[in-house]
Amino acid sequence: MTEVSMAKEDVASTDDLVVLKNVNKHFGSLHVLQDIDLTVARGEVVVVIGPSGSGKSTLCRTINRLETIDSGTITIDGKPLPQEGKELARLRADVGMVFQSFNLFAHKTVLENVTLGQIKVRRKDKQQAEARARELLDRVGVGAQADKYPAQLSGGQQQRVAIARALAMDPKVILFDEPTSALDPEMINEVLEVMQQLARDGMTMIVVTHEMGFARSAADRVVFMADGRIVEQATPDQFFSNPRSERARDFLSKILHH
Amino acid sequence: MFDFLEGYDLLGAFWVTVQLTLLSAIGSLVWGTVLAAMRVGPVPLMRGFGTAYVNIVRNIPLTVIILFTSLGLNQTLNVTLGAQRFDVINFRLAVLGLVAYTAAFVCEAIRSGINTVPVGQAEAARALGLSFIQVLTLVVLPQAFRSVVGPLTNVLIALTKNTTVAAAIGVAEAALLMKEMIENEAQLLLISAIFAFGFVCLTLPTGLILGWVGKKVAVKR
Repeated sequence: MTEVSMAKEDVASTDDLVVLKNVNKHFGSLHVLQDIDLTVARGEVVVVIGPSGSGKSTLCRTINRLETIDSGTITIDGKPLPQEGKELARLRADVGMVFQSFNLFAHKTVLENVTLGQIKVRRKDKQQAEARARELLDRVGVGAQADKYPAQLSGGQQQRVAIARALAMDPKVILFDEPTSALDPEMINEVLEVMQQLARDGMTMIVVTHEMGFARSAADRVVFMADGRIVEQATPDQFFSNPRSERARDFLSKILHH
Repeated sequence: MFDFLEGYDLLGAFWVTVQLTLLSAIGSLVWGTVLAAMRVGPVPLMRGFGTAYVNIVRNIPLTVIILFTSLGLNQTLNVTLGAQRFDVINFRLAVLGLVAYTAAFVCEAIRSGINTVPVGQAEAARALGLSFIQVLTLVVLPQAFRSVVGPLTNVLIALTKNTTVAAAIGVAEAALLMKEMIENEAQLLLISAIFAFGFVCLTLPTGLILGWVGKKVAVKR
């Protein structure tokens, strides 16, 4: 009996990749994250949606501690998030991040952007890193741009390079902080397609987005946030066709009627 | 008309000026960068030290600092900086004083450059798992330097002219020779003009070349 339950617990602990428990954060007097509990399983694609200022981006940024939290715990692959220093850096290497404003290193070529972390953090040699970088750049469809600088690329291309840069670290999970919000409309799809491919390949993803189409087609679970709280969590089908909370119904009625 | 120049080593004196400038420039660039790193770093003690250093040193006249290296460090505390001969000791003391002083200005120029680098650049670097030092040296500082070539050029030109203060502790650079010539010769105006021209010959190309470099290395966003 005990053996069975032990085994069960083991399975549970290895399957839960990102666990937030009772997380609170304030920006001054603004209580931006309120008692957040969220568990993301290995291989799961969780899409976080909600109105502006609901705390979605902040939530995303706390997971690799770009934002600190006031109380609660965050564990990644069973390990609590370290405070500072080498431990934190090591953990961040395992948690990829894709930003709204791409944030490619402006003084480095596309190829160097994708090799930097591999060489300096993963300690790969330069040739290996470049081979891997070219493979990933091809995979996201910007292989031909490898020797250009970020400013010479379109927004959609830059964001795909940013995804390749995150993938190059072989992360356990990738956080997407509104990856298409700064893009021209015609470039949104090229980025979403790459993300959809990643989701199909089994990457664990936490995606903050306003793209309801992506949430519907790629998400395993939709998390709806409003005013610093997780109001509702459901499968995309359930959430979009039959939202339980008034707040979610109101939100959806505003964005889906056009 | 230029007969009176005979017997004076004009080029030699300016060569000492150039040596003072180059060594002090390298030293203050290194020390100034370290100070800037301290001022933006996460350790409160280092931040405090960097801030205090800059605000104290840049508000003391250079003459006082140079005199302190000689009267305070050398004659009171017997610091010789590894040299035996009097003129070598004074040269090294002058470089030390110039580095200590100029680094405060270099630090502030670099710090303003760091402020031009978007926060997202450092965030992306941290998100990859780079350490604070790596974020600074691989991502932030290379971009910061490119945006402050202009301000650093100003500091370098000021430094070139500031080397004349080394004459106060007897370093045989251009200004000391000028003083000597003015005492011995009757051509006051001409002597001043020659030395002024000499300094312009040093600083004008510096400004032009570094202006071109600044445009060349600017980061496109």
